[in-house]
Amino acid sequence: MGMKGLPAFLLLPALIALSTACHADEPVAIDLTLKDHKFEPAEIRAPAGKAIAITLKNEDDAIEEFDSNSLRTEKIVTKGGTVTIRLKPLAAGRYPFQGEFHAKTAQGVLIVE
Amino acid sequence: MLGAAIIVFREVIEAGLIAGIVLAATEGVQGRTAYVIGGIAAGVFGASLLAVFAGSLSDAFEGMGQEVFSASILAFAVVMLTWHNVWMAQHGRELAAELKAAGHAVATGSKTLLALAAVVGIAVLREGAEVVLFLYGNMIASNSGWWEVLAGGLIGLAGGVAVSFIVFIGLVLIPVHRLFSVTSFLIAFLAAGMASQCVHYLDQADILNVLSATLWDTSSILPKDSIAGRILATLIGYDDKPSVMQAIVYLATLTVIFGAMRVFAPAKPQPKPPVAMGSRVAAE
Repeated sequence: MGMKGLPAFLLLPALIALSTACHADEPVAIDLTLKDHKFEPAEIRAPAGKAIAITLKNEDDAIEEFDSNSLRTEKIVTKGGTVTIRLKPLAAGRYPFQGEFHAKTAQGVLIVE
Repeated sequence: MLGAAIIVFREVIEAGLIAGIVLAATEGVQGRTAYVIGGIAAGVFGASLLAVFAGSLSDAFEGMGQEVFSASILAFAVVMLTWHNVWMAQHGRELAAELKAAGHAVATGSKTLLALAAVVGIAVLREGAEVVLFLYGNMIASNSGWWEVLAGGLIGLAGGVAVSFIVFIGLVLIPVHRLFSVTSFLIAFLAAGMASQCVHYLDQADILNVLSATLWDTSSILPKDSIAGRILATLIGYDDKPSVMQAIVYLATLTVIFGAMRVFAPAKPQPKPPVAMGSRVAAE
């Protein structure tokens, strides 16, 4: 990072804090990790009626596809990569998801309440 | 091995249904086999490229690269299919007549061969990328040996190709004077389904987020990820939780395609007025 980049880098946390404060309808952020072809945590929770942003980090040495019919989402996440899965406000209920390429172990559920 | 066979079968069948319909829609047209095989080969090549660059694509458009890409190629496919149907509405009758008379390949040929080959390529590209990523990832990491994954993949591929071939054979059994009306009908629904999927991707990428309320939910009766759900999704664009916008675009696409086919169809030769009526007029 050059000299120009440094101030911007320092400002970033402040900017994020500011934007979070300004937008009341910011999506609910959830962090999710894939390790050993398992979701960690395997059960995530979110409030009903609010947009959700799941940040999925793939710590495995294999590519994976986040797949959920109930969430109407399919998203490739490369090895070591991170993707954000944006979800519209959901009704209360259980929304299972899986890692399609390792579906035996990579199973999880989003509980909206 | 079974897992690999199932996942490959599932993806191949989706692209294969489209290829089967396109093959039937170009029955008798000279050189169509080369075009369709070319489309499949381009699709496989594209899928491999896509697999290699999955990471960069994913990061593009603020993390929405996959969605934007899918929406773009689907929109392109819809335009190509519409063009084919309009061309067939103009020339289908002469093509069928020529095919019936000649009984084998005809030279007239569909001008839209390249367009249809592109659609086959896109279908293979979309489903193929997933297959490539899955097989590659599992061959490297499999406990049971890469050859078992590969064998499973090949079984799935063979199964998918067999089903597509059955679809093709079933379609070309239709008498030739009706064949092209049937394939145009099927293609209109393929296109409408793709347009609806395109809307879903645009919605996910937050590019088109109006009327995104769910219109109905049939996921408990016929889930879209079941085999039957997938086949219906490919053929007629079935969705178990479509948005209002998806339904509007679906119906609009059907209306535009059937409307354009009607507008561009050559006028039927006017039947001569009945002799009896003519003679009566003369007598008066």
